[in-house]
Amino acid sequence: MSKKPKVAFFDFTGCEGCQLCAVDLTPEQLFDLLALVDIVEFREVMTDKAESYDIAFIEGSISRKPDEEKIKDIRARSKLLVTLGACSTIAGVNALRNFYPDDKLLHLVYPGHPEIDRTTIARGVSEVVKVDAMIPGCPIDTHEFLRVVKDLLLGKKPEIPTYPVCVECKMNENTCVYEKGIHCLGPVIRAGCNAICPSNGGYCFGCRGAIPKANIESMKEILQKYNLSAADALDKFKLFLERDKEIFPDDKN
Amino acid sequence: MTKIDVHHITRVEGHGNIKVDINKGKILMCRLEIVEAPRFFEAMLRGRHYDETIIVSSRICGICSVGHQLAALRAIEDAFNVKISEQEKCLRRLLNCGEFFESHVLHIYFLAVPDFKGIKSVFPLAKTNKDVVVHALNLKRFGHYIGGVIGGRLIHSTTTDVKAMSKLPTKKELEEVLKRLHEAKEELKQGVSILKGLKFPAFERETEYISLQKKGFYTLLEGNIYSSDVGEISYKNYRNVVNEYIVDYATAKRAKHNRVSYMVGALARFNNNGQWLSDDAKQIARDLGLKSPCYNSYLNTVAQFVELVHVADDSIAAAESLLNMNLKLEERSVVVTPGSGVGAVEVPRGTLYHEYIFNDKGIVQDANCVIPTGQNVNNIEEDFKALLPGISKKSQKEITLLLEMLVRAYDPCISCSAHMLDVEFV
Repeated sequence: MSKKPKVAFFDFTGCEGCQLCAVDLTPEQLFDLLALVDIVEFREVMTDKAESYDIAFIEGSISRKPDEEKIKDIRARSKLLVTLGACSTIAGVNALRNFYPDDKLLHLVYPGHPEIDRTTIARGVSEVVKVDAMIPGCPIDTHEFLRVVKDLLLGKKPEIPTYPVCVECKMNENTCVYEKGIHCLGPVIRAGCNAICPSNGGYCFGCRGAIPKANIESMKEILQKYNLSAADALDKFKLFLERDKEIFPDDKN
Repeated sequence: MTKIDVHHITRVEGHGNIKVDINKGKILMCRLEIVEAPRFFEAMLRGRHYDETIIVSSRICGICSVGHQLAALRAIEDAFNVKISEQEKCLRRLLNCGEFFESHVLHIYFLAVPDFKGIKSVFPLAKTNKDVVVHALNLKRFGHYIGGVIGGRLIHSTTTDVKAMSKLPTKKELEEVLKRLHEAKEELKQGVSILKGLKFPAFERETEYISLQKKGFYTLLEGNIYSSDVGEISYKNYRNVVNEYIVDYATAKRAKHNRVSYMVGALARFNNNGQWLSDDAKQIARDLGLKSPCYNSYLNTVAQFVELVHVADDSIAAAESLLNMNLKLEERSVVVTPGSGVGAVEVPRGTLYHEYIFNDKGIVQDANCVIPTGQNVNNIEEDFKALLPGISKKSQKEITLLLEMLVRAYDPCISCSAHMLDVEFV
């Protein structure tokens, strides 16, 4: 029998919530997983380290010069590299700070701190190295994580939905958020979360990123129909989607 | 001469280093460096609408996301003078219970216990002590479960809103929550024998203990600040308590109040408010030999366990209250008034403060988030200084382990504090 695949978890700029979701397993799921793979590196819960990996899961955005070198090194030692969550997939909420390209505001947080000089804008991992698969979301959905792991172990390319959150929202028979006079990015955001926010009385703020070829113009038309301002919607996109060049074409940096 | 250099301490949340240099019994350097990437949340929150502070600040930390949401809510309510109902208070207690279970259980069993067993992670226990792993996962998953019922999910909950919780649990769900709370308490009883088996290092250093306080209650979500040195301080005056400053070798801000350092977290809460723990939590503390005041920082882990019993009891009371209420979706009116608001809550690692200044449209003009771990860093370094002379004759490996265990006892949450960990013996 061949050796078990070596799996590792790494974290860059982020909240480590996705790693917590990845280990939110039932005892049976954990024992099954440990029977199939060797977890060889996971700094948050273990001291062990390894030389190379079959699958490296990456949480967090790349936002410092030394981290660029670190992710390149991990890439070079990994057969497959998979992003874990919004921060590594689309830079997520970290990219809000990219709207402040000058250092003035940043110096407000750490006045005169030398670390600022090593800081770059926040980027998704695929902007720095090749990514083989992605698990979006803030945080990730544990079921989606397990599905992707299963696919990877079977040698299949993991599929994630390319249809919008609205589809899942309708399936859950929710009243459309627009009917309540509230902004929602559901029409152009990637499904796979089971429309969790609108289904719990909230609205979609885009944590899973835009679907391929998102039709923003058509979304504006719907907004108009409901008397909602397109400018306010664009402002909501800022929360997670600064790196999406279809929505924010001007690279301010 | 002993030099210790632990780069990126493992089994803590986030990135930090320990650097120690001892020569002929003299401590030349002992530092806890927080090297997490700067997060800039206070800058990112500027210009955002008040209701987005909950969404954005939640992302400061995956493990205390509920705490950040509740601190932001309290700050908004403070700024706009919004009163909350008993129903809302009970729901928040249940959601917070989920976070305490997830966080304390992760720390006690997954991060701390391996040190006592001489292993590098909890995973080998899956083979050797399967029952312990199942027990720990059951308790941790209970946190996710209750967070799921109240918040849609525990991490970055989807229901917290300034207008009130956007979704309510059904009667059936609350009955199930109540049933599982009693089961969790039974599970905790099994944990007592595991905790009793852990040999905590002998160490004592008295310090200033700071937590929220509300007389008569083991408070987590309301009250004023209480210092074991100077007594009660209004939560509004939190800046006079934390006195944040930065050092050039760390991205976590530091804090000091009446002395060079103070301690926040489970042990500080136990020392300040232990008299108001539930009867069962008090009994478990006695069973585990934890007495107030306790000056051994390593026993923060034990105080966390005692808190789990209390939080379960408090949640049983909250769930019973909710079952006796006629739950209705609330829609509080929020009238924006320009000015500032402060939210102070106890999160698993200590007192968390959020402050926002809003303009007349409710847009954030300035934000300040003061994280428990940042407040504890000085105290950890002071503990190092007190601990090192007594252990300096031990091997480098033993010293490193004792220092790492001390840092882990504080359960530092570094990605939060980088606004923090490796042990480096240079």
